[in-house]
This record gives sequence, structure tokens and C-alpha cells, in this order.
Amino acid sequence: MSNTSTVGIKAFGAFIPRLRLDRAAIAKAHSWAFPSIRGKGEKAICSWDEDAITLGVEAARDCLGNHQDKIGKVTFCSTTAPFADLQNSGIIAAAMNLNQRTGCLDAGGSTRAGLNSLINDLVNTSEQDQLVIASDRRRAQPASPAEMRYGSGAAAMLVGQGDLIASFLGGEHLATPFMDHYRMSGQPYDYYGEERWIRDEGVVKLVPATIEALLERSGTETAAVAYFGLSGAPKGSDKIVAKKLGINPANLLPDFQENVGDTGTAHPLLQLSAAFERARPGDIIVVAAFGAGCDVAVFRKENGSRKPERGLAGTLKDRIPETSYLKMLSFDGELNIDWGPRAEVDTKASFPQQYRAADQILSFTGGKCDSCGAVQFPSTTNCVECGTPDTQKPFQLANDNAEIATYSADWLQYCPAPPLYVGLVQFTSGARVLMEIVDVGEQELDVGMPLRMVFRVKAKDNLRNYRRYFWKATPTND
Amino acid sequence: MASGIKDKVAIIGMGCSRFGERWDTDTDGLINEAFNEAMLDAGVERSQIGAAWLGSALDQVNIGNSAIPLATSLRLTGIPVTRVENMCATGTEALRGAAYGVASGAVDIAIAVGVEKLKDTGFGGLPVPTKGTLNDLWMPYSSAPAGFAQLASGYRKKYGVSKEDLKQAIGRVSWKSHQNGAKNHKAHLQKAIDLETIVGAPIVADPLGVFDCCGVSDGAACAIITTPEIARSLGKHDLVTIKALQLSASSGWESSTGGWDGSYVKNTRLAAKAAYKEAGINDPVSQLSMTEVHDCFSITELVTMEDLGLSEDGQAWRDVLEGKFDADGEVPCQVDGGLKCFGHPVGASGLRMVYENYLQLQGRAGERQLKNMSMGLSHNLGGVPYNSIAAISIVGILED
Repeated sequence: MSNTSTVGIKAFGAFIPRLRLDRAAIAKAHSWAFPSIRGKGEKAICSWDEDAITLGVEAARDCLGNHQDKIGKVTFCSTTAPFADLQNSGIIAAAMNLNQRTGCLDAGGSTRAGLNSLINDLVNTSEQDQLVIASDRRRAQPASPAEMRYGSGAAAMLVGQGDLIASFLGGEHLATPFMDHYRMSGQPYDYYGEERWIRDEGVVKLVPATIEALLERSGTETAAVAYFGLSGAPKGSDKIVAKKLGINPANLLPDFQENVGDTGTAHPLLQLSAAFERARPGDIIVVAAFGAGCDVAVFRKENGSRKPERGLAGTLKDRIPETSYLKMLSFDGELNIDWGPRAEVDTKASFPQQYRAADQILSFTGGKCDSCGAVQFPSTTNCVECGTPDTQKPFQLANDNAEIATYSADWLQYCPAPPLYVGLVQFTSGARVLMEIVDVGEQELDVGMPLRMVFRVKAKDNLRNYRRYFWKATPTND
Repeated sequence: MASGIKDKVAIIGMGCSRFGERWDTDTDGLINEAFNEAMLDAGVERSQIGAAWLGSALDQVNIGNSAIPLATSLRLTGIPVTRVENMCATGTEALRGAAYGVASGAVDIAIAVGVEKLKDTGFGGLPVPTKGTLNDLWMPYSSAPAGFAQLASGYRKKYGVSKEDLKQAIGRVSWKSHQNGAKNHKAHLQKAIDLETIVGAPIVADPLGVFDCCGVSDGAACAIITTPEIARSLGKHDLVTIKALQLSASSGWESSTGGWDGSYVKNTRLAAKAAYKEAGINDPVSQLSMTEVHDCFSITELVTMEDLGLSEDGQAWRDVLEGKFDADGEVPCQVDGGLKCFGHPVGASGLRMVYENYLQLQGRAGERQLKNMSMGLSHNLGGVPYNSIAAISIVGILED
């Protein structure tokens, strides 16, 4: 492949859930059974209302910002997609308010799906840009090594031609039945082989050979590699692989173990984001994802100036420290708490109503009155301000600035993450909506506090194993 | 121009069941308890009832839809019986139906019954009803206290009242109701509680503690309505007539626009304005002998004092602390203990408030009897402050 390729990454975005659990809390909780467990740093955990779809939406929003990109295809890569049969990418596309003719594809089956799909879009370019979103809400068996290691997160990459942040120099794949880990369909936990065998017989033998093949094919000198990242492999594997290849160990991209954890499909794309945030034009970046084989891609940093809304550094910084291990267990469905009779409410949604109101609910689109200019949600026939009928033009509230008009912390109503913070949210556009306020942490809310919108699970229908989504407000912490 | 309802109908009988945890009976028993007292009071025959209105709000554990449960319970035959529901304003809606029915000339004697059996839900507080298929997709499922607690943040912000001062003032509201409820043998809660306990209670919805919230109760209330002429022909004197019946419901303005600051309830102000006009009241502080207001939460009562024009805007918290609304204050409020202590069987509450006004006007309120009664106001507030239904009834002695 030629170094003059004009295909590459035009924009990138990242999202790490705000809650960061101190790993020492995990170790402490298990010490009665496993006194030798140690936990360092913290891992990113999801609140009850975050899943791979919501994380993916936030990463995609970070990537696209307020740009009106024409996107031909969205690929959602995850090993933890909420729906087994209902296009997860379709929900994301609707939340992102993308054109209904956008192609939607779900990819999974391996934590390599993120990098694999990215390479696939870079190789199979189209006239329109393509959005690749890799996202995982990782779940692990209590007290397993994976529980310590895994974190949750998402990354998004806009693939196309033109003004590039990084040009694509080539990709390489290796398919081999090396069983480092697996999870059967419908099962909650991953099962791992012995770590030393995975590293010595798998990663160290399979990955360098694949990278060497790619570098040779793309005409890239190993010595020119400025950044190298490896994901999906046992801790320390990246150093061994780099050394074997002759890549300076100082050039390693972060493995995020200190502050996030292993985010599965998102991991190589998060490493790429880290590289884009620190590389200079001309720098060569190599990322590899391991897992029963591997995928490798090589990029060159370009001059493209487009920046994510907050980027990886921003989302890493936006953290709420958490020390309750039981809270994580509850959010992950590992703890069967008795929430009392108030939790017995049936939350069945009307599919016809959900379809009719899809733009209102999924992309948070209200209406702006043609007659008096009042922005309102939901958008109904008669304007709330002037009463004129049929004057509402779509107005999206998802990216509008907002602040608290009124609020309370509700300890009575059932909420999987009590208290339920609720209040009237005043948007800069003039709209006002009663909303849940999430990820509040230890801070005290007050009238006037700035908020931004986040896409979240609205309710889980446990009778029918369904979940639906809406937007919630969260303090900006900026 | 509508001439209004003033003095067109008289209340000739009222009854109210004991409110509370009525494990001993069901809705049929509650209805009959209130109805029997009202019939004894009115001294009319069942066959004289020409129409009936039933108010019940929550179907989750109750009597079910339609007016049939009332017709069945009282064995009413061949007369129009109507069920109404308007959340916490339901009892007043039943009264409105009966009053308008009589005032129109369609019927000579009508009854209004409000009933609710809430303790059978198996938990405290109200059940969570659906808000409609569209609203259920986006609206948070928050509790009633959390809805009303938002008045506190709006009020503090607008008037610069500190959290501590407002907490003391709303605590004083509940303290007063407990003082009054202790003198009411029909009340759900009949125990005086000290202010320190009230203010220090566990939080239900910030800043409302347990004692800032009324509970839910089982109960029923009943009113028997006729014209002043028929009342006199039945030998009644010192008639209690309806001076005003007004109601206002949200258009969505408060919760959908930036126009509302969260410090007041718009519909209470609109309903009060209309009711004062209908009743001929221009100075509520001097003209109203007492009020029974919708103190579902202590902050609601505090804000309602301003909405009804009984306190200057931003001053109710001071007036409350100074005892203006105590039983021996300038405008006594919740003399019977209010929703807070008498209880809140939703569909019955509006009628229970009128019941207290009615007893007081007739000088039959016993230990809690007030002096110099001429007019009493009842106020219901359904929904939440930003999406509400306010109903106001004013009753008084008919001047000859």
C-alpha cells in the first residue's frame, strides 16, 4: 500500500463512563475469600442506565460534535451489545439524528471487532464518510482476574477522505483458532486460558509476525514507529512485542489499566485516540488487537485540525470517584437487591407510540414554533406559548446548553441508583423539560447549575427483557 | 357573562368517615360511613336523591372504573350517577358536579361522594400511574414529594431564603397540623410532634423530610346538596351555601417554558382569582374565617398562602413562623389537621376540607371550634406544581 493514501481518519471521539471504582474496594470486598487479591488504580464502571449503546452514542457525539457530516454507514462494534436481534447501530443512528438512509451494521463476535471494522471501512472506502463506533460495557465474574482488569468505554472514528487527522497506511489480519478466551452465547462471563500460555505461545509469537508483515507491505520502517499500542493481551505483552520488533518501549501507547481498564472492542480505538492527541504530523502509529488471532493497522499522523468535543483526555478527566463495590455489582445485575414494591411497576412501552415519537425520544427533537419562536418538548399540535396549531418545526435539544430551574433528590421513588435526582431543566433555546439528572456524585445541586445532555437507558422492562432509551441531564463539571 | 354559583346551592348534610389505616373495612364500608352521617345530618330520605357524583382517583387499589361501585354501594336505582377524576382535586370535582346539577335545575337533591382506599397498595405513598404512552417514554418516574420539593428550590432561589430558614418554616407548617390533628378524633394522625423531631426527620425528597409529607389514608366524605329554597322548605336555618367553585388546570406552560420560576403554583393563583371574584372577596385575609388547603407537603402549604393572597409574595415563610396560620392566628389553616394529619384519601380530600368548613360554620367543630365564622375556603392541588390542577371551594353562611 502506498504512503500517499488519501483515506484515513477525519475525526475521532472517546467516552469513558464517569464512575471510576477504586480497585482496592474490589480487593477489600473479596479479601475474606481471597486475601491475596490486590487492586491498584481505578476502573471505569457503568451506571445502571449506561450500556454499550449509550457509551457508543456519547463517543460518536464527541467525534462528530456539531459538524453536519454526511455519513453513509455506521458500524457499531461490541461484544456486549444490548440487543441480540434488533440493530443496535440503528438505535445509535437515530440517537445521532443521522439520515434514515445511513447504512447500519452491527459487528461483534470478538473484542477485535472494533479494529477489524475500522480497517474494513478504511479498505472499503465509499464516497460518503463512514462512522465506526466501538463500545463495550464489560462484565466479569465477581472475584475473577477479569473483574479487576475490565473497564467500560467507547471510541468513535470517522473514516473518509479529505482533511485527515491520520492517513491509513494499511491493515493486516491473522485468523487462527488460538483459544485465549471465549464466552458462549447468552452467557454472562468470559473464560480465559492460562495467562502465561496466552502471552508466550499466543501474543508473542502471533502478533509480531503479523505486524512485521504489515510494515513490510506498507513500506514502513520499524524504527519509524512513533507510537505502538497492543490490546487484548495479558499485561506487559506490549513491552515484549515492542522489544521483539525493535520498537522503542518508550513509544508504547497507554494500556489504560491505571484509570479505565480493558475496554474490549473499544480499546484499540481508544489507544488510537491517545496517539492522535499526542502525535505530530508525520508520526507513524501502529495499533494491534489480540484475541484468537489479531488485527493490526498502521497510520501516519496528518495535519487535520478537527478536534473532538472533549476527546480522550477530557473524558478521562471527567470522573466521579466511587468506592462502593456493591454499587457496581448492583449496576451490573450481579446483586439481586430487594427494591421494594415500588420497583414492581410495569414499564411496558407502546411500540406504535415509540415509533411515532422516535425522533422526539431518540434524538431528543422538540419543536420550534413558526409563529412565536417558542422551543418546546415534546412537540405537540398546539404551541405551548401562543397556542397556534401546526407550527412546530423540528428542533434538537441534545446539544443545547441547559441549567437547573428546579430540582429535588427523590429517595422515595424506585431508582436503581438512588436518590433519583429530578428537576425542570431550562435550555438556552428557551425549552424546558422535566428530566432526570444523573452522575451527580458528591456535589450539591442548585438552581442555575449548568447541565449537558447524555443519552441513557430510560427504563428496563424486566418482564419482557426490553430496554428503552431517552436523554438525561448531567452536571457539566467543566 | 356567567352569573356564577354563589348562593345558588346549599349544603344540607355532610359526613366524613374516620380517616386512616382502615384495615377494618373496604370502600363500600367507607362510602356508607360518610353517607350515613350526611343523611342523618340532612334528614332526607334516600328516595329524594336525584343524582349522584362519585369521586375516586386511583384505580390501582380501589373500586374500579365507572360510577357503578357507588350505585351498587348505596343501592341507588334509576338516577344518574357519574364518576369523576381529577387527581387530588377529585373530591371537589364531585362537589362541582352535584352543585352544578342542582344549580341547573336538573335535580333537586344531589349527593357528592369522594372515596379512596390507598392503604391496600401494600406500601406508603401513592402508586405510580401511567402518564400516557408518550409521556411514559420520556418523563421521569418521580414521586409526589419530589415533584413538590421542587417548589422549595424555586422559592429559595427567588426570595433568597436560606435552606435552614426554609426548613424551619416548612417544619413549622407540619408542627401546626400535628397540633391541630391531635384534637380531631377522625384524623389519621392524632399526635402532636415537636418541631425538632420534624426538622430532623429522614429526608424523603430533598428538602422534605418524613414529617413534611402527608401520608396516604383510607377514607370517604359525602355532601348533600340542594337549593336554598328546598333547604328552607326542609326546615333548615343558617344555611351553608356555596360561594364559589373554581378550577384551573395546567396547559403545560410551567413545565415547558422558561416563564415560571418555580416559586409559586400558577393554577392556585388563577383559581383563587376566579373564586374570589365569584364569591365577592376582595380582601381574603379579612374576609376568610379559615382555610383548608392542599398541604400534601409542607412546602405546598407555605407557597399556597402566597398563592391565595394570604401572605405577601416572599413572606409566607415568615408569616408561618410568626403563627399567622395557627388555629389562634389571623387566618387559621388546617384546623382539622389538614392532609398532613387528618389524612389524604385522594378522592375524598376535597370534600373532607369542605366538611371542616361546614362544621366550623355551623359551630359544630367541638374542641377545635373557631370563633366568628363567616366564610371558609378549601383548596385542592392535583398533580405537581409544574403540571397541576387547582380547585377552590368557598362556602359560607347565607345572609338573609
